[in-house]
Amino acid sequence: MYVAVKGGEQAIDNAHSLLAQKRRGDTSISELTVEQIRQQLPLAVARVMTEGSLYDEQLAALAIKQAAGDMIEAIFLLRAYRTTLPRFSASVPIDTSDMQLNRRLSATFKDLPGGQLLGPTFDYTHRLLDFSLLADGQYPGPQPQAEATLEPCPRVLGLLAKEGLIKNEADNAEAVPDITRDPVEYPASRAQRLQALARGDEGFLLALSYSTQRGYGRNHPFAGEIRIGEVEVWIEPEELGFPIAIGGIEVTECEMINQFVGSGSEPAQFTRGYGLAFGHAERKAMAMALVDRSLRAEEFNEDIQSPAQQEEFVLAHCDNVEAAGFVSHLKLPHYVDFQSELELIRKLRASTHQEAKP
Amino acid sequence: MNAYQQAQPQRDEAYNFAYLDEQTKRMIRRGLLKAVAIPGYQVPFGGREMPLPYGWGTGGMQVTAAILGAEDVLKVIDQGADDTTNAVSIRRFFARTAGVATTERTPEATVIQTRHRIPETPLHADQILVYQVPIPEPLRFIEPSETETRTMHALDDYGVMHVKLYEDIATFGHIATSYAYPVMVDERYVMDPSPIPKFDNPKLDMSPALMLFGAGREKRLYAVPPFTRVVSLDFEDHPFQIQHWEQSCAICGSEHSFLDELILDDSGTQSFVCSDTDYCAQRVLEQQGQQQETGQ
Repeated sequence: MYVAVKGGEQAIDNAHSLLAQKRRGDTSISELTVEQIRQQLPLAVARVMTEGSLYDEQLAALAIKQAAGDMIEAIFLLRAYRTTLPRFSASVPIDTSDMQLNRRLSATFKDLPGGQLLGPTFDYTHRLLDFSLLADGQYPGPQPQAEATLEPCPRVLGLLAKEGLIKNEADNAEAVPDITRDPVEYPASRAQRLQALARGDEGFLLALSYSTQRGYGRNHPFAGEIRIGEVEVWIEPEELGFPIAIGGIEVTECEMINQFVGSGSEPAQFTRGYGLAFGHAERKAMAMALVDRSLRAEEFNEDIQSPAQQEEFVLAHCDNVEAAGFVSHLKLPHYVDFQSELELIRKLRASTHQEAKP
Repeated sequence: MNAYQQAQPQRDEAYNFAYLDEQTKRMIRRGLLKAVAIPGYQVPFGGREMPLPYGWGTGGMQVTAAILGAEDVLKVIDQGADDTTNAVSIRRFFARTAGVATTERTPEATVIQTRHRIPETPLHADQILVYQVPIPEPLRFIEPSETETRTMHALDDYGVMHVKLYEDIATFGHIATSYAYPVMVDERYVMDPSPIPKFDNPKLDMSPALMLFGAGREKRLYAVPPFTRVVSLDFEDHPFQIQHWEQSCAICGSEHSFLDELILDDSGTQSFVCSDTDYCAQRVLEQQGQQQETGQ
């Protein structure tokens, strides 16, 4: 009679070994190495690092392998590891103007100082399956020119700001809160919002940003600038008193130029939305920038009517580890709650029955 | 120690005692102290990512991790049962990371982590019951905004809750809430007792054991200190009532416990058994003991 609930321990052990088998697949095929994932699935690694909030390519690749390619599971693995790490320092803000660019584009100016740089992108590929990859595809590789140099590439929105055409974003000099240490309380600061969006699910943010383009909180965006490349990370240890570089990370930054605001007393100005992600993660950075801007509705006295403009709605639901956990918990037994509902519905039906009888 | 208690397991030294680092545990303990000081009030805390999924008891686990000592004896139940898979998983987690003794016997446990039930065996003053909470906000399904609900709690403005219960009566003839039934704690805060069946609500009132509630995803802690008044919301002409069954437990014959319904065959033959597996097993042992005595 107790078959349904007995034997949990053995069942869990068996489930683990079946999962290991599922992950490994056919053992006559050589096992995927973590280094192969890191080298050959860099965009997957970038997503796991971004939403896992931890820049470590090797661990992200390990998480992808362990999760058998389930990205949200991999993000969860990396986050659970991240929580256990001690914090020894907060970095100096990274300087993306100084980025070693491998891609840079602006949809607002045909030409600009430093030029446009297409870099590695799917954008102009024809989405035709490349059957040569089924076999051991040839790798032609790029032919870099040894003498080529990169001109200085000032930020596009900086150029607009010089003319006063875009609302200036100034450092408010307040300490930056850490949403992984202190819970977000509403209304949130922009720093908290941007952190939540950076960790937020790419699919969710993509859909929300798309909804703003279709009229649910429209804010007339232009891709002011997208830049991808390597930036240095600096920390300033207290005992030293001056900053030191500890390494480089690849990031994707997107700045959207959005509809202008102004009033009788204030001249019209464009506004901006900001997106930043680890690695090569353009779709995520663009979606984040659009949603960041739509969440600034209150700041710019815009009507708040659409989901993408509602801070609590967006921030409380954008985290895929939280969302996946809570949706999947429906798989846990709910015998007791369901029994309570059964008892209630039978009682309600019985009383309707009695009333109907006479 | 007896047969129900598992020998002190080996602690995994790769992790700090009970997994969380000491700073985090201190932060949670501070939150718990505040929660005990203001019964029923939801205290925000810096909930951490646990190695189990959100919604699977991460809030309860963080509370347990923060209060667990090396001498504690831990019991974990899910839906009243010690052997449901998630209860097994959480018990194993603490056996591994804290090396504490575990038990299935309610009276022997010093800390009981629970999902959706309060044990049938009355708790005593040396015990702490830790609840896993999915949605800590009792007003959430009436008002989705956190900013609004916090204001409503601050202003003691619970009119909407009474209206909701009244509308149930107007529509169905009964208050149509059978679990997670809202309670008033110490005449001040309306609290969600977590999704326990309303059958268990009376056990909250004047309980000698400390009750701690942890919501991991929502990052909230709250508490009912020992011997606190906890009243289930109702109306004078529609007093609060608990569920009762016409059947009794098919295993131990209990007529006073919460029963789970089992469907035995294709034609839907039902059977009812205690949801609290330890309570049920103890009653069976007692009955066997009595039979042996009468047999002699």
